[in-house]
Amino acid sequence: MTNEHVLAHDAEKLKQYQIDSDICIMEVCGTHTTEYFRTGVKDIFPPRLRLVDGPGCPVCVTPNHYLDHAIALAGQKDCIIATFGDMVKVPSSYSSLARESAGGARVEVVYSPVDALDIARQNPHSEVVFLSVGFETTAPTEAVTVQQAREQNLKNFSLLPGNKLTVPAVKALLDAEEVNIDGFILPGHVSAIIGTNAWKFLGSEYNKPAVVTGFDDHDLLKGTLLLLTLISENKPHVLNEYTRVVRDGGNQHAMDMIYSVFDADDSEWRGIGVIPGSGLLLKDEYADFDATKKFTVDIPEPKEHPGCRCGELLRGLILPTECPLFGKGCNPEHPIGPCMVSTEGPCAAYYKYGR
Amino acid sequence: MCLAIPMTITKIEGNKAVAESMGVEKTIDVSLTPEVKLDDKVIIHAGFVIEILDPETAKEIEQTWDEYIKTMENEQ
Ligand code: SF4
Repeated sequence: MTNEHVLAHDAEKLKQYQIDSDICIMEVCGTHTTEYFRTGVKDIFPPRLRLVDGPGCPVCVTPNHYLDHAIALAGQKDCIIATFGDMVKVPSSYSSLARESAGGARVEVVYSPVDALDIARQNPHSEVVFLSVGFETTAPTEAVTVQQAREQNLKNFSLLPGNKLTVPAVKALLDAEEVNIDGFILPGHVSAIIGTNAWKFLGSEYNKPAVVTGFDDHDLLKGTLLLLTLISENKPHVLNEYTRVVRDGGNQHAMDMIYSVFDADDSEWRGIGVIPGSGLLLKDEYADFDATKKFTVDIPEPKEHPGCRCGELLRGLILPTECPLFGKGCNPEHPIGPCMVSTEGPCAAYYKYGR
Repeated sequence: MCLAIPMTITKIEGNKAVAESMGVEKTIDVSLTPEVKLDDKVIIHAGFVIEILDPETAKEIEQTWDEYIKTMENEQ
């Protein structure tokens, strides 16, 4: 069979899949949220299959307090904030980096954390603070960046630690028992780092099937079909559909890199609260590169927009369209919450694809 | 964030490398995959190679999955 035939065959199988009772599956990764729409795979879901979004958009789960801290740092004299683009438009408690930048603060968007080192070299009289957010896929790139900063003796570079770990978050969701999830579509590139084995607990401890899945239409179709089969056959296995990239043990070198620079610690997630062991803080030996230790700034008391329901969304309790502000007070031009801003945000995906 | 399109390594110099896909070239960092070599197909995230693809294994594995799904179907 050619690729096209396989695709058509799998698509037909998914359309025709017989489901006798309601099934709810969760994708943990923000890129999957968007790709399910973009590839059209979500459009051919059989009746009674519901896909909810998990806590897998790094910008969305970053609490206001972090952004407020970043904005306070941006207000210092001779400070440059370097950040991934997604963070710029996210509303904080009282402002956003975009608004601060329009008001004169220096905010530079980078594609890679190492680009922030170039900015530091080019601006020796300024302090460059990189906003270190992201999950296990991004954390090793930030760890390498800190190591390179030390090797290059860059004294004017630091990062604001905000990295989060997905495994403790998924555990916390299941332990909260707020939503009944029948199975998980697991993130492809987080799993490339941590390995399929890191998810085995879902089957052994929680009796939940799960499939590590890649990002193209073949992957999404196969991953979804496999997960449905596991659910309907009551087999709580954790399988890997994305074997061309993800190994059982992950990328051990990248894992070692993370834990040579960071330590796991409790961390606050937007709308979920503090999850034990779910964040990464810089080790004491890297305190010189830790913006929380290097600078003392006044951070205002954080506040949330009372109507925004990102929190419930990130816990799989509602769909974006069930937020009363969706498409009314809140849209990508005037976002109220981060889920409408990030390219991986569920509200942005539903808005873009008109659902 | 999770760009899934594999790129091909065309040049390596220390921990920096050049990767190409469909005529687009990118300078990237290979610190997370020290075993990377020329012509490898790689997955890139935030300017870093995070994993190397084996094209042969990839093909084989895809076939295995097709068979796996078929077997599951027949069992049903
Ligand atoms: S639609 Fe806007 S206000 Fe509602 S949950 Fe999404 S981001 Fe928040």
